[in-house]
Amino acid sequence: MSAVFEPAAVLWEETIPGGNHWSGLIRRGTALRITDLEGGANLAALFYNPEDKLERYNMPDSLKAQHTAYLTTGHVCYSDMGRVMCSIIGDSVGWHDTFSGVTDAAMIEGQYGKATFQTHRNAMHRSGKDGLLIELAKYGLGKRDLVANVNFFSKAVPDDNGALSFVAGHSKAGDYVDVRFDMNVLLVLSAAPHPLDPATEYKPAAVKLTAWYAGAAAPDDVCRTQCEQNARGFINTERYYL
Amino acid sequence: MSQMLTESPLDPRNAVLDQVCDAGDPWMAEVKKGQIFRILDLEGNQAVDTLFYSAADPEERYSAVDTIARQRQLYLTTGSVLYSNEGRPMLTITADTCGRHDTLGGACAAESNTVRYALEKRPMHSCRDSFMHALNHCGCATHRNMSKRDITANINFFMNVPVTADGHLKFDDGISGAGKYVEMRAEMDVVVLISNCPQLNNPCNAYNPTPVRLLVWDPVQAAA
Repeated sequence: MSAVFEPAAVLWEETIPGGNHWSGLIRRGTALRITDLEGGANLAALFYNPEDKLERYNMPDSLKAQHTAYLTTGHVCYSDMGRVMCSIIGDSVGWHDTFSGVTDAAMIEGQYGKATFQTHRNAMHRSGKDGLLIELAKYGLGKRDLVANVNFFSKAVPDDNGALSFVAGHSKAGDYVDVRFDMNVLLVLSAAPHPLDPATEYKPAAVKLTAWYAGAAAPDDVCRTQCEQNARGFINTERYYL
Repeated sequence: MSQMLTESPLDPRNAVLDQVCDAGDPWMAEVKKGQIFRILDLEGNQAVDTLFYSAADPEERYSAVDTIARQRQLYLTTGSVLYSNEGRPMLTITADTCGRHDTLGGACAAESNTVRYALEKRPMHSCRDSFMHALNHCGCATHRNMSKRDITANINFFMNVPVTADGHLKFDDGISGAGKYVEMRAEMDVVVLISNCPQLNNPCNAYNPTPVRLLVWDPVQAAA
């Protein structure tokens, strides 16, 4: 097992076309290399505990435990139960947004125009929210379970007064983030545009998921040693699986 | 950091609701469309963890990320609209003598306190426990089938959590003080759920949780 991505250790690979959505059970110890295939990707992600789906990713707990407003290598994603659900063990991008949420159908139509399946087939315009809700419904979950999500590959920065600017061209083709799953996680994804992306053409980039077995976080793991809070978060996760 | 402070002309003597929520207590009430709701920081530097739900359908609720993204703004003050997860305005802040309120810090929980402070802090009083208590006991929640599923990223009124341009999240000393308030007009019938934060581990309130005062005015009084 290796916390470092090794092509020889790949278990499976799958591409999510731009605008599309995906979900699946990722077992504890598996890692995903998520690759931006075209540049400018945005991958909205939510994490649930499949054994207790009321336990889910918690954006405020993740940010305040690590005194950060974004995610990159060394950061972990906390559940609302004080456990580490997954952790970022590698990252060529440097900043992943987690406070901007997803687009809804009205935002997509207002910015990009309407493109239905009848006229555009699979090139139809899809919103991030609709993609997440479709995947959530496959597990009996719905709007009440839709919480603040991670937006992999996207960056929005505040000025001193809190006004946000979207950083265009932040992620390049070939950029990746390596996410290790420290719990069994129901992973729900949507590759629709970021809500602050000023682009006028609906052209969300495809992303590739590449799974490998990374195993549990070692004592000297970059995420475990990032701060004393994360050390305690990993203890909470490990106790859950005793 | 520039802040425009806005005072309210409303007189507490005309309020149709005037209650004190003690430190560490939850508080729930319905506020009707058009009514004005004020949260008053009685002793200063309190964090008032607050969630809003549509009274007609609590599946529609305050959404931190919709509020942030739709206004491209991390902090709340006069003029800020609090958006629901359906993208509809729930309330509009009409007066604010504090100047900035937090959207990112969320509520403390027994479980997150084990991470943030120490594993043995789990038995301490926490906001999410207060939210759960209210959902199980308050009349305006018990018939609405609300639960932990409905607890999402809340507003922390009066709390100062600045984010730097390089993405550092800081828990700064409060910019609130005794007598400061924030006031908002309901744009739909809403249910308010408050945990008046009992956090004893955070220096932002000098380790001293304090009471707050909640007031509601009818539109008629508000227009007078």
